[in-house]
Amino acid sequence: MRRLQSTAWMLGTTAAALCGALTVTLADAGEPPPAASMVRWSTDEKAVLASLSLRRLPPAPADPSNAVEHKPAAIDLGRHLFSDARLSRNGAVSCASCHDPAQQFQDGLPVSRGVGTGSRRAMPIVGAGHATWLFWDGRKDSLWSQALGPLEDAVEHGTNRTRTAHLVAANHRRDYEALFGALPRLDGLPGDAGPKGNAAEQAAWAAIDPRHREDVSRVFANVGKAIAAYEQSLQHTPARLDRYIDAVLRGDTASRKMLRADEARGLRLFIGKAQCVSCHNGPLLSDQQFHNTGVPPRDAARPDRGRAAATAAVRADEFNCLGPFSDARPEQCQELRFMVSDDPTLEGAFKTPGLRGVAGRAPYMHAGQFATLEQVVRHYVAAPHAAVGHSELTHRHAGAAAPKHPERAPIDLSDAEVAELVSFLGTLNAERSSAALAP
Amino acid sequence: MNRFIATALSLAALIATTGCMSPPKELDLALTRPSADNKYVVTLQPPAQPAAINQLHAWQVRLATSAGAPVTQARIQVDGGMPQHGHGLPTKPQVTRELPDGAYLIEGMKFSMTGWWEIKLAIDGPAGADRVTFNTVVAEPGLAR
Repeated sequence: MRRLQSTAWMLGTTAAALCGALTVTLADAGEPPPAASMVRWSTDEKAVLASLSLRRLPPAPADPSNAVEHKPAAIDLGRHLFSDARLSRNGAVSCASCHDPAQQFQDGLPVSRGVGTGSRRAMPIVGAGHATWLFWDGRKDSLWSQALGPLEDAVEHGTNRTRTAHLVAANHRRDYEALFGALPRLDGLPGDAGPKGNAAEQAAWAAIDPRHREDVSRVFANVGKAIAAYEQSLQHTPARLDRYIDAVLRGDTASRKMLRADEARGLRLFIGKAQCVSCHNGPLLSDQQFHNTGVPPRDAARPDRGRAAATAAVRADEFNCLGPFSDARPEQCQELRFMVSDDPTLEGAFKTPGLRGVAGRAPYMHAGQFATLEQVVRHYVAAPHAAVGHSELTHRHAGAAAPKHPERAPIDLSDAEVAELVSFLGTLNAERSSAALAP
Repeated sequence: MNRFIATALSLAALIATTGCMSPPKELDLALTRPSADNKYVVTLQPPAQPAAINQLHAWQVRLATSAGAPVTQARIQVDGGMPQHGHGLPTKPQVTRELPDGAYLIEGMKFSMTGWWEIKLAIDGPAGADRVTFNTVVAEPGLAR
């Protein structure tokens, strides 16, 4: 009997040696999984755990296109503007309407509702400064240019550039001018004019002389820069997972009390055979890149092309890093220079969202297609073919053998494992709500 | 006995075919390789200081004939990705300028995560077109972006 066991053990460890990050012992073959106190992490697994820790998150990289991003006065002005519902056509929509500070800066809806109904899910804001590209499709290349999109979008805020400038002059002149210098003369300008407005607003905008238009657009851009300063000041606070990882890395047995057994098993799945960490990596649990995972479209008749449609938009955006309102020198705009654009893998690809606080942010995906985290995990197991483009996931056809040269294996999870993954995701909730840096 | 061995073997097979998160043990990490049709000898030079995850950075590549003479004025296209994850490079790196002695500067390199990446070069030079693939394993060099 002992010889039998040692042969099997030898084969088992050979198997384990083939994949350093997954410590598959023979115990996993059939016996019940261990309790959290007995979950042992290999050296490779600990390296992966360390990479997820909030401790590893540096300050967001500086945005050379926004000269005021770290100025306390800009953060203050931005905080006020963020909640100012006068920055909308109907006086009822502010940034906070869809990015509610009390709900992790999102609204809990499948698609957002401003003055009209949008087509995508509001994204949470904390940590957004770490992304190269903003929005699900990355059509903006800075936090400040992102803020301007919804302001003049017809279904979101529905406001326009001259209305915004008039508002700043009437209510924030002193704070604005302390940061950005003198406001341009606005008398004689129409109350409502802008290039993205309705027909009357567009005509009114075209009737303004180009020099004056640029002055107004500059005020508009500066509003975005103040809002961005506030947004980048918001910080993640540690989650229970961070405490657990700290304890594991210092060999503290108190770690066994920090995660339940099912949560620890879910974590092992997350960094192992469930393959989540292949995109949900780093301290924000996002690689900030665009992936097609075959999420079913909200509107099957008009599937969302995601990133594929966005690269032309960001290149053409007058508020991008290379544009006239950017504070950056052209040589600081390398992301635009080396952006991937003509690539079929961008079809139907969306930015990997971060997962901190995810358990409190239903529904999920770019148009809120999944109501629960369980549905999300089951989607990755089902790995349906994509409606547009090609899913990166490997679809397992029922009854068929595994594909000959799988670039990646199908994600195979039992019902218990699905539940464990969902449990694990709950450990990413902040133990205190996110904090703004003190000015 | 058979049952145990069968279980262990199937486990081994499972691990061998799953896209596990650590690179294959016998990965060829050589930074000097002949191109596929042996037209060139290609040397890839990573930056002295490894870049942080998601940070744009530059590499250098040096082209030589099989006899060792520098190859100048070649055109090089850069591609690649993570074979275990089925995705390509997060950016479109380009040769932005030629350096002395058959060296070329590749700017716009970026790695979006740790692990095994392929860097694939398509070379068009005096000896004609050829290709070469390098492997690199990105570790946690510093702080993530």
